[in-house]
Amino acid sequence: MSKDFLRFKNHQSVRTSDIPWLSAGLFRDTVLKACQEGTRPILLDATGSDRFTVVLADDREHSLLCAGCVLEGKSGYQSLSAEFPAFHMFERELWENSGIVPIGHPWLKPVRYPHNAIESREMTDYPFFSVHGEEVHEVGVGPVHAGIIEPGHFRFMCNGERVFHLEIQLGYQHRGVEQLMLKGNFFNKSVLSESITGDSTIAHVSAYCGALEALAGITLSTRALSIRVFAQEIERAACHFGDLAALANDVAYLPASSFYGNFRTPLINMLQSICGNRFGKGLIRPGGVACDISQSSLPERREQLKDIRASFRIITEDLFSSASVLSRFEKTGTVPMETAAEIGMTGLAGRASGLAHDIRVHHPYSWYKLNRIEPVTQTGGDVLARALQRRDEAEQSFELALKILDELPAGELRRPPETLQASSMAVALTEGWRGEVAHMAVTGADGKLTRYRVKDPSFTNWFGLALAVRNNEISDFPLCNKSFNLSYCGNDL
Amino acid sequence: MKILIPVFNILLIIFFPLLYAGVINCEKAWWCGRRGPSIWQPFYDFVRLLRKGAVISTATSPIFAIAPSITFSTMLIAALVVPLANNNSLIGFPGDFIFFAYLMGLGKFFSLLAAMDTGSSFEGMGASREITFSTFVEPAFFIVLASCAILTGQTAFNQVFSLIFLSPGIKVLSLLLCSAALFVMLLTEGCRTPVDDPNTHLELTMIHEVMVLDNSGPDLALLTYAHYLKMVLISAMIVNIFMPVLDNSLLSACLFSAGLILTALAVAVTELSVARLRMSHVPQFVYFMNSLGYILLFSIILIAFSGR
Repeated sequence: MSKDFLRFKNHQSVRTSDIPWLSAGLFRDTVLKACQEGTRPILLDATGSDRFTVVLADDREHSLLCAGCVLEGKSGYQSLSAEFPAFHMFERELWENSGIVPIGHPWLKPVRYPHNAIESREMTDYPFFSVHGEEVHEVGVGPVHAGIIEPGHFRFMCNGERVFHLEIQLGYQHRGVEQLMLKGNFFNKSVLSESITGDSTIAHVSAYCGALEALAGITLSTRALSIRVFAQEIERAACHFGDLAALANDVAYLPASSFYGNFRTPLINMLQSICGNRFGKGLIRPGGVACDISQSSLPERREQLKDIRASFRIITEDLFSSASVLSRFEKTGTVPMETAAEIGMTGLAGRASGLAHDIRVHHPYSWYKLNRIEPVTQTGGDVLARALQRRDEAEQSFELALKILDELPAGELRRPPETLQASSMAVALTEGWRGEVAHMAVTGADGKLTRYRVKDPSFTNWFGLALAVRNNEISDFPLCNKSFNLSYCGNDL
Repeated sequence: MKILIPVFNILLIIFFPLLYAGVINCEKAWWCGRRGPSIWQPFYDFVRLLRKGAVISTATSPIFAIAPSITFSTMLIAALVVPLANNNSLIGFPGDFIFFAYLMGLGKFFSLLAAMDTGSSFEGMGASREITFSTFVEPAFFIVLASCAILTGQTAFNQVFSLIFLSPGIKVLSLLLCSAALFVMLLTEGCRTPVDDPNTHLELTMIHEVMVLDNSGPDLALLTYAHYLKMVLISAMIVNIFMPVLDNSLLSACLFSAGLILTALAVAVTELSVARLRMSHVPQFVYFMNSLGYILLFSIILIAFSGR
């Protein structure tokens, strides 16, 4: 198997000339075989109108696989989605971006653009699936929503209160991030990558820096890596606080909602006290970190973290012992493990369904390479499982953050990289609070960036939400949605 | 002094609904450790809405335009028959609780029509939910009031509530059952947690809020006011059950107001201590009122027969 693939590690730079190029038929067999053996897709990237590469993750071998497909004059290839539905979003994206047709794709619909993008910029006539019948009715929600949230259209096909099917149309937030990455100086794209998804600032900018540093061939001091991971774990805990608050709010359990929100503030303020921004913008820069955690502030920060953790435990105990809350969470929006695996769910939502994909464990990078961590999973796959997953991950984040503060070594903060290796490729996966963030950078023969690809966990998990609400009550949709809390702009790029 | 009672009743009808809302909001904010809005915020909101213009969708028929006024005026008329301070209502006649129930029904009918009139799928869902739950409340209300009528031998609100406190039999049990049933009705008709979430911004989960999504300006002010007036009236019945007839009107009025504030606090405490029910479990909760009503009715029939 490994002969057909280029095998490399997370955050590792490889020569693009080492990528094996296969004919469409052989490519299909090879990829299907690899998938049967348990690898899963990370990215499909069209490098031309007749060729594309695939990046797969092999969790057991802790490595990434890459292979290319040459279409040899044809404009399409036999779709992989029919065998492995996990590919379906990637193939749709490939088709939309490059025109390469995955023949036989069961659900070939646009991802970000209008379905007739060439003639029209109007998003209004998306080819929705429709259900007919006497008692079936459709409810359309969005793209403008009641809360202060991002735009996206949800089309429910219901029978009374029961949802038969939900179709989600996104793309309203498309900003052309991947194209913008290629314009101008690649070393100055930190701010852009921080803005891919505002709530996953640290995860995205770490992935961007990871890819860049791999291509530049530099290694960071342990201090810089520790500070990065500290920020990552604080971001994770803070977002989980926010989500638990929102979940409690959606079931109208106000005390938990208020107090989680209350304790999220000192948590994100901790990032502010380090770098001046509550979401950690400006902290992580290529070559290291721009701000230091001063040695004198360590005891105070430790105390603060322990205080927040103590309060967190009290509220959590209250929330998860309230019968009325549990009755709303349990058996709502269930995604069974088989379904989650089939559609390639990742990250928090995947782990709540029992899929142990965690980049920190399976493809360790930076500080996580030096410190093994245990993956946390649930089995239920329902709203309760996702809430418990947040609780457990927040606990773990506190532990890791405290460990970093205890062991923060001395070292250089930043050594800016200068040049990129020519004709190379690097894939940087990081584990954001929502799940795996993938950035892929490819350089040309002159050492300039030629391709840049981004994948947010939302991209694969939105479909999980659509399946989760099937046969649930429509009034439970907001709860299911909040339990996934996916990013619109991360999907739309 | 007696002449002041109707004046007090009128003042109560005018000012109490918005104060009631303010008390609930303050209590909720305080419990959650927030400073929260002022207790007078509902009054400011009311005045603000009155000063605004109303936007009426071109897709609607005249029903939509008149419905808020009808809902408001039916609630106002219904308020006339409910005994407030000193167990006195502004008007009263035998069988006026039926009049009360159907006035509420009429108001609801028009607000449902108006919600359907907008053609919005959200408002249609809201209307369907509201009517489903009301269907369970109405018979339960009659059972409870009929029980009280049997207990007291009267059919006018005024007399029922004057006598119920003094009525013989296992009255403590009946009084508790009766007030519990009316409290369920208060939460259901008032669209409070665990039936509805008055704080939510999510149209898909709303019941009452979604039905008034298209109303704005003075219409919305009237609907909000009518909504809280309804809560005050149902609370007034609960308070009346426990109110003795006092000779001192002033004391009676103060006690009564304090009772209303207590019910508002009880609503707030209920909202804070439980999460909202799943929509499919709400009918079970509302049907709880029916069950209480049946127990009440049978216990009262037993009392009535054993008395003879």
